[in-house]
Amino acid sequence: MIILQYLLLGFLVVCAVSVSLSKNLLNSIIIYMSFSLVMSMIWICLESPDLAITEAAVGAGVTSLLFFVTLKKIHAIREEETDEEG
Amino acid sequence: MKKDRFLAWLDGEEDLYEGNVEVKPQEEYEVPQEVLMERMRENKRLRERVNDVEHNREYKFFKHLYRILAVDFGILLILLLLLAVSFLPPVGHAANPDNNEVSARYIEKGLQETGAVNIVTGMILDYRAFDTLGESHVLFVAAVTVFVLLRAGKGKQEENDRIYEPKNDTILQKAAFVLVPMIMIFGIYVILNGHLSPGGGFSGGAIIGSGLILYLNAFGFAKTERFFTEKTYKRVCLFSLAFYCLAKSYSFYTGANDIHSAIPLGTPGAILSSGLILPLNICVGLVVACTMYAFYALFRKGGF
Repeated sequence: MIILQYLLLGFLVVCAVSVSLSKNLLNSIIIYMSFSLVMSMIWICLESPDLAITEAAVGAGVTSLLFFVTLKKIHAIREEETDEEG
Repeated sequence: MKKDRFLAWLDGEEDLYEGNVEVKPQEEYEVPQEVLMERMRENKRLRERVNDVEHNREYKFFKHLYRILAVDFGILLILLLLLAVSFLPPVGHAANPDNNEVSARYIEKGLQETGAVNIVTGMILDYRAFDTLGESHVLFVAAVTVFVLLRAGKGKQEENDRIYEPKNDTILQKAAFVLVPMIMIFGIYVILNGHLSPGGGFSGGAIIGSGLILYLNAFGFAKTERFFTEKTYKRVCLFSLAFYCLAKSYSFYTGANDIHSAIPLGTPGAILSSGLILPLNICVGLVVACTMYAFYALFRKGGF
């Protein structure tokens, strides 16, 4: 269990660093989503399931969705839009 | 005399400058073509000289300096934070400052005083209910602010977004058909069991909000507008926040004046127990769910 926790913590650091290093905005949002998921697993390991539920719903769900919508509004994810139309 | 004139100026009846200051209309002024060209050339030369990295030593120097300073500052900040972390007390130590009489009371008398099996909810919605009221208001104010900001640019974009709206993606619709009811029921369960099991108003509200967003993505605005419009949002939020205020004012009043509260605490462990916590949980859940959905709808098309 301890090993799993250290693994998750290491993954958290990797996610946090790669969010800022990623050039593509879409990629960084997806990495941010995975950061939230790992964080919610860590909350379960720290015995606070209520925070885990909130983190999964808000961090991985709603916040990233809002980021996606914003990116679409400012036409930062152009390729996807052409996909949808075609 | 002077005061009267000032008042007249204040009311906009008299212009103090009129007749006292000589006002000349500006003369026509034209820059010769050669001067303009010379200026443009000068600008171009300046830009070239500034961006000429190989020969401009100052530019090179400052570019390097800024890079080095940025890295140095980052490392310094990280070291500072690590130093602060090293001063934190060890986890779970008995002599830690968080093991004081406040948390001891929460743990020992929480069940007895609030009637909530889940101590966290008992703390959030009973001992520290004022905080939670503020949080709900912050969410509401944030939604209202987004509404005001995005309403300003209303018009063409909204229609544009609506055309693309019901994409009728079969996979998404089938998945939503199965998932949305389950997400909703799970959210309602988390809210209603907030005082018994982990969770509560905020978590459950966030889950229901995500479910609503999924439903909206799958089936489009035309379907959600049948049950959720701007009016619904306003009414639900107003009702929830007002009820929260009134209920908590009552319990603060009785608590501060040592009057026996008329709300029964019930048997701990039952759904209908722990006094005001269950209705307050429902209120917080409603506000959070509606705000999550409203945020998405506002970002999407600047309205509901």
